[in-house]
Amino acid sequence: MNLSQALQSASLTDPGRVRDHNEDCVESRPEIGLYVLADGMGGYNAGEVASGMATSLIADGLAETWQPREVDRLSRDEAMALAERLVREQVVRANTAIYTTSQNNPECAGMGTTLVVCLFYDNFVSVAHIGDSRLYRLRGETMEQVTRDHSLLQEQLDSGLITPEEAKLSQNKNLVTKALGIDPTVEPELHVYETEPEDLYLLCSDGLNDMVDDEEIRLTLITLRSNPSLTVQQLVQAANDNGGRDNVSAMLVRVAEPFAVARGWLARFKALFR
Amino acid sequence: MAKLILSVDGQVLKEYTLSKERTLIGRKPHNDIQIDNLAVSGEHAAIITILNDSFIEDLGSTNGTMVNGKPIKKHFLQANDVIEIGKHKLKYFNDAPSQTSPADFEKTMIIRSPAKAPPPAEKSSSDTVTNMRPPAPEVVKPAAPVAPPPPPAGHAEHAPLPEAAIQVLSGAAAGRTLDLTKNLTTVGKPGLQVAVITKRPNGYFITHVEGATFPTLNGASLGATAHPLADHDMIEIAGVKMEFFFKP
Repeated sequence: MNLSQALQSASLTDPGRVRDHNEDCVESRPEIGLYVLADGMGGYNAGEVASGMATSLIADGLAETWQPREVDRLSRDEAMALAERLVREQVVRANTAIYTTSQNNPECAGMGTTLVVCLFYDNFVSVAHIGDSRLYRLRGETMEQVTRDHSLLQEQLDSGLITPEEAKLSQNKNLVTKALGIDPTVEPELHVYETEPEDLYLLCSDGLNDMVDDEEIRLTLITLRSNPSLTVQQLVQAANDNGGRDNVSAMLVRVAEPFAVARGWLARFKALFR
Repeated sequence: MAKLILSVDGQVLKEYTLSKERTLIGRKPHNDIQIDNLAVSGEHAAIITILNDSFIEDLGSTNGTMVNGKPIKKHFLQANDVIEIGKHKLKYFNDAPSQTSPADFEKTMIIRSPAKAPPPAEKSSSDTVTNMRPPAPEVVKPAAPVAPPPPPAGHAEHAPLPEAAIQVLSGAAAGRTLDLTKNLTTVGKPGLQVAVITKRPNGYFITHVEGATFPTLNGASLGATAHPLADHDMIEIAGVKMEFFFKP
C-alpha cells in the first residue's frame, strides 16, 4: 500500500528571525510513511551537520530496511515489533556516525542533535525521540503532547519541583538531558500508538513550542485542519511573529483515511487489483 | 550568577552570591546566611539553586517566610523578588538573561552528570536529575557564546494593530458583522470554499484554505498566497460578498 495517499503531509523549516543559519533539519519518505525531524546543536556549522546526518541517515536507512512488501506478510504484532527494532537500529547507527564524525573532526567536536521519528504503518505509528523536539497529536478537538522532553525542565516538572506555570518562567529551558551523537551509545525512547482517521501529528523543534503556546498551536491545527501546508506555514509564521528567537520547524501528518494492511491470501490477492 | 542583598529597615547589610546548590538561612552560626535575630528560626529557610533557577523553601520556621508580602512554603524566585524574614529583607537579583531578552533563547545544550558520562552503562532519564538536589551537573557548552543576537526584526516596534471586522454584504447573513479578535478567523463554507484571516503584528492577511476555486479579493482571484487586507477591501467567498474594515 502506498501511504502517500492515506497520509497527507507538509513540512517547513525556517532559521527564525535572530539566528543566521538553520540547524534544524526535516526529511520524509511519504511512500513508506516515514517522517524525521532533528534540531542540531554545536559550534559553527556543526549543529546542522549533526541534524543533517541524523535525518538523512535514518531516512535512507529505513527506506532500505523497512520494506512494506515484506512487512505485509507479518502479523500486525510482528510488524510493530519490527518497526520498533528497525527504528532503534537506525537511530543507534546514526548516533555512531555522528559521534565518530565529531571525534575525528575538531570543527565538529561536541555536536549533537535532538530527534523525533515517526513511522506510520497499518493504522499505527511507531515513534522514537531523543531530547526536546516534540510530537503532538490532535484528535478531535484535543491536542496531546505525545513525547516527553528529555530535558532538565521536564525532570523538574516530574519531580514536582516546579509547576507547569513556573516552568514557563524558567531560565533552564535550553538544557536537554539526552541527545544524538554526544555519547558513543544512545538509548532512544520508543513507543507505538494506534492512529485514527483525521488524527493530526505535528513534529516540531523547540523553536515552535517555545514561541507559540500549546493552545495557540491547537487552535491553528483545528482551524486549518484541511490544509496541512498552510498549517505549517501559519505555525512557523506565528513563531516568527512572536520573535522567532530560534530555528523553527514543523512537520504535519494528517491521517486522511485508514491505512490498514490487507492480510490473508484473499485480501492480498484483492489488494493487487485495487 | 544570582545574588541576594540582605537589608534591614532600608539599610544594606551584606550581599550573598548563590553559588551553592543549597544555601541555608537562619539564626544559628552554621547557616550560609546568618541573621542573628530572635524572630529568625535556627534554620529558617533554604534556597535551592539549579543552574539559572533558584527556589526558596521555608524549613518549618516559627514565624514563616514571606515573598513579595505573601507567606510561602516554597517559591520559584524571579528577579527582584523580596524575601522577608522577620524585619529582614533579602532581595533576589538574577543577572541571567531575563525572560524577555532574545539571549534567553540560548542555544540548546546538553547536560549530563559526570558519573554517567561516556562509555556503556544503561541510561534512563530517571537516573539523571530527578530529585531536589542533582549531582553537580557538567554543562557542555558547544559554542563560544556569540555576541548577543540583534533584536528580532519587526517584532518590537509595531504600533498596536487597529481592531478590524468584516461585514457580510450578501446572502442569508447579510448585514452581520464579525469582529476579527482571534489570531485566526475562518470564513466561507467548510467543504466548499474556506479562507482564513490571520491577525499578525503587521496587519491582517487573507489566505485560501480549502476548495477547488479561490476566493476573490476586490474582484481578483486570491491564488495560493497570503494577501494583506486594506480598509474597505471586498472579499467574495462561497458566493457571499463581504467587506473588511478597520474599526473607528
